[in-house]
Amino acid sequence: MTQWEAVIGLEVHTELKTATKLFCGCPNAFGFEPNTSVCPVCLGLPGSLPVLNAKAVELAIRVGSALSSRVQASQFHRKNYFYPDMPKDYQISQYDVPVNAGGAVVLRSGKVVGIVRAHLEEDTGKLVHKGGDGRIGGADYSLIDYNRSGVPLLEIVSEPDISSAEEAKEYVSELRAILVATGASDGRMEEGSLRVDANVSVRPVGSTELRTRVEIKNVNSLRSLGRAIGYEVERQISEYESGGSILQQTRHFDEASGKTLPLRAKEEANDYRYFPEPDLPPIAPLQAEIDRIVGELPLLPAGRRVRLFGLMPGASSDQVEVAVTEEVWPYVVAGIEIGVAPELVLARAANELAALVGNAGFLTPERFAEVVALEERFSPSQVKLLLKEAVSFDGTVDELVAKVGLSSSGAEDVRAMVGEVVEANPEEWRRFVAGDAKVAGFLLGQVMRKFGKAISGAQAKAALEELARGAAGL
Amino acid sequence: MTDGILTLDAGALSAAVRSGEVTAVEAVEAYLAQVAVQEPEVDAFLSLDADAAIAAAEAVDRARASGAALGPLAGVPVAFKDNLCTTAFPTTAASKILEGWVPPYNATVVDRVLAAGAIAIGKTNLDEFAMGSSTENSGYKITRNPHDLDRVPGGSSGGSAAVIASRMALLALGSDTGGSIRQPASLSGIVGLKPTYGRVSRYGLLAYASSLDQIGPMAATVKDAALMAEVIFGHDPMDATSLRAPIPALVNALMEGVTSFRVGLVSDLLEVASPAVASAVGRAAATLAQLGAKVETISIPELALGLPAYYVVAPAEASSNLARYDGVRYGFRGNGETAEEMMVASRSEGFGDEVKRRIMLGTYALSAGYYDAFYLRAQRVRSLVRTAFQEAYSRFDLLLSPTSPTTAFKIGERSEDPVEMYRSDVCTIPSNLSGDPAISVPFGDEDGLPIGVQLMGPALSEERLLRAAFALESARAEEGER
Repeated sequence: MTQWEAVIGLEVHTELKTATKLFCGCPNAFGFEPNTSVCPVCLGLPGSLPVLNAKAVELAIRVGSALSSRVQASQFHRKNYFYPDMPKDYQISQYDVPVNAGGAVVLRSGKVVGIVRAHLEEDTGKLVHKGGDGRIGGADYSLIDYNRSGVPLLEIVSEPDISSAEEAKEYVSELRAILVATGASDGRMEEGSLRVDANVSVRPVGSTELRTRVEIKNVNSLRSLGRAIGYEVERQISEYESGGSILQQTRHFDEASGKTLPLRAKEEANDYRYFPEPDLPPIAPLQAEIDRIVGELPLLPAGRRVRLFGLMPGASSDQVEVAVTEEVWPYVVAGIEIGVAPELVLARAANELAALVGNAGFLTPERFAEVVALEERFSPSQVKLLLKEAVSFDGTVDELVAKVGLSSSGAEDVRAMVGEVVEANPEEWRRFVAGDAKVAGFLLGQVMRKFGKAISGAQAKAALEELARGAAGL
Repeated sequence: MTDGILTLDAGALSAAVRSGEVTAVEAVEAYLAQVAVQEPEVDAFLSLDADAAIAAAEAVDRARASGAALGPLAGVPVAFKDNLCTTAFPTTAASKILEGWVPPYNATVVDRVLAAGAIAIGKTNLDEFAMGSSTENSGYKITRNPHDLDRVPGGSSGGSAAVIASRMALLALGSDTGGSIRQPASLSGIVGLKPTYGRVSRYGLLAYASSLDQIGPMAATVKDAALMAEVIFGHDPMDATSLRAPIPALVNALMEGVTSFRVGLVSDLLEVASPAVASAVGRAAATLAQLGAKVETISIPELALGLPAYYVVAPAEASSNLARYDGVRYGFRGNGETAEEMMVASRSEGFGDEVKRRIMLGTYALSAGYYDAFYLRAQRVRSLVRTAFQEAYSRFDLLLSPTSPTTAFKIGERSEDPVEMYRSDVCTIPSNLSGDPAISVPFGDEDGLPIGVQLMGPALSEERLLRAAFALESARAEEGER
């Protein structure tokens, strides 16, 4: 029986995080009232002309540099086709000379996925189908919102180097992390600022042929991407195995049934009649400008991993993955830079901090570093408590400690505290000393309830066991 | 003074308005009276607004009364070709597909002309979307040549040319993609300047062929054309192809003569001209020589290749530029059950035959499998033309040729034969392909029909072109006085 493998290439469209649109001064923002962030240019009114947003080019170059692409002089082309959401009935895009050519994304597994190109283009408006079945063919009428028209997009096209649904998800999540790290995108798939099309075919293992591919359009979450590819790969394999063939077509993923379905009954061969956009001169970035942009690139997720594993060869890769994310990384850097043990920084960052970072308030990276550094004086549970309190506390770290009412406790103090609880619970204590381990939880609970702000659970447990050994040994 | 208003040129009228000798209202009324007489015969306007013109003139007079400084075109009546966006008038490009459409913004040139104090009289007729050489392709009406009402005024800026020739306005704006300012200027006996590509902002010009389109002044005299050029030249941040070159003082340079100029008489373009036109161009060459220029004949065979290259590049760009007229957002909407049917109906019913012909030509030229043979090859020819001009301009300051091979032809005479019509532009197209400036200036006539001669120059040589045109114009005037 034939063994099959999937051959997958992805096209990722990301909205670039510019203040204004690609060719006009309208705000590039999500969530405006329909058709309020528009002007003659992005409405494609007769006589209007595009003027290129330099910031979009800079972001494109940042991404290209992060993907090790060749950043080059480039040219816009017109892609001609009729569609109601496209106000000029052509899209200004890049064709044979994109701003970024070549490149690669290295996945966590070490697998290298080649990049064909990452080019600039304008987004279209958005159709909202009303009535009927709510799809373009069967709706009663459609409304068009042109707020999105002219929003800058970077289309990143991969080589067909991806060989499973899981790898596709890994690729997109790594690419997303790079886009966020470079400041090019906010990476929000649910708001459509990251959209993925997948080109999928299968072939017998060992073969190098490229069979007919199917394009799956606009999958809007990582999970859906995995499901859509998984379904499509199985569909193609069973088609071939039953002696059938695969049609080159565009399919969309139906969330409810988990199936991919043909988008149109009739597949039209589109001829986009590309030609150079006469309204825009070629983009010719100066080498000095490219060098400046490359020089300003932050450390990317892959580099962050290398740094952490370099410091801690045995680090947990789950913790590292949390630590290299855009939100958590600045805290990790701050902790390591003031000299806290990297293991400690990693543990607090990957656990306690990761839960707080979405709404961190006064807990800045610097404050995080200061608090984690206190773990030499305080117990881990005290430090965790301090981190939590730091979110809403505006003051110095000493004031924070004072406010929470902590003082550092020596072993002597801990024994005294445990002793107090022991005296108050003689019956439980007797059973514990006699070997009934079940009551340990009760006793420790009492200790923590009373003294939890001052001592850690581990300290209390150690002191309790020490006292018990003393009592048993007489 | 008010009796002589129609005899003043734009500079003089504006000076009179600024000094208070003539009010802007008096100036506009004199021109509106002329419109009342001429327009029923000439049919040059697609929209006219006398009340608005009077109101604008009153505003200029009030500004003067309040002590405000008035602009260089204060009180001067102007007309705009109807492919320039205006908020005060509908803008249709003479196409049914845009019937009644009023843009929400003014073209940059319109803003500049109005800011200079000019008074807009109306919008002028053209071949639909500027595609044509006779103004017969208008979706609305036929404009007649004021010199002979049975003949065309030329095109596509035929309405603007006819307005100036019949003195219904003092200045007009046209657009020139393959000769659409110069050819009607020639046929209607006025001055038309196509500036260097990028000299004048195209923002607000309804695009026909974006890499060739250029807006320019049309006027009764070279001096008026120079005055208007000074107002409309200059960089515009809304047009990425707009140049940042400084604006020369054009009017003040006119008198500087042509003594140092090396002028090339282009033999290849003389050969395509009628005997009367060729002879007028010969006399123009002799006149320039008499005035001290060094005139020599030059052959530039590549220029003949311009015509076929143009009729690939221009329709290709047009096929894309005109895609947006689909009935979805503005203008005429046809009926259809689906969005696609509606778009097809809108375009089938909204566009005229010549526009459809060029959309089809251009679509074909850009199609997969034909792109290399047509579009790419035409672009290579365009490079050849550009190189040939560069070579010529290394030896000559200016080139001299006919503007149009013939004088104005009869209405209907060429409308059945598109290719014959296309040949009307053979002398003017090369400068569009190279992006260089060129001017047409009246120089003689044939049986009362005006003949224009064309001066061409390298990029940014408008000052030189205007000086030479002014010299020819002055020489003709002296000849007339003798």
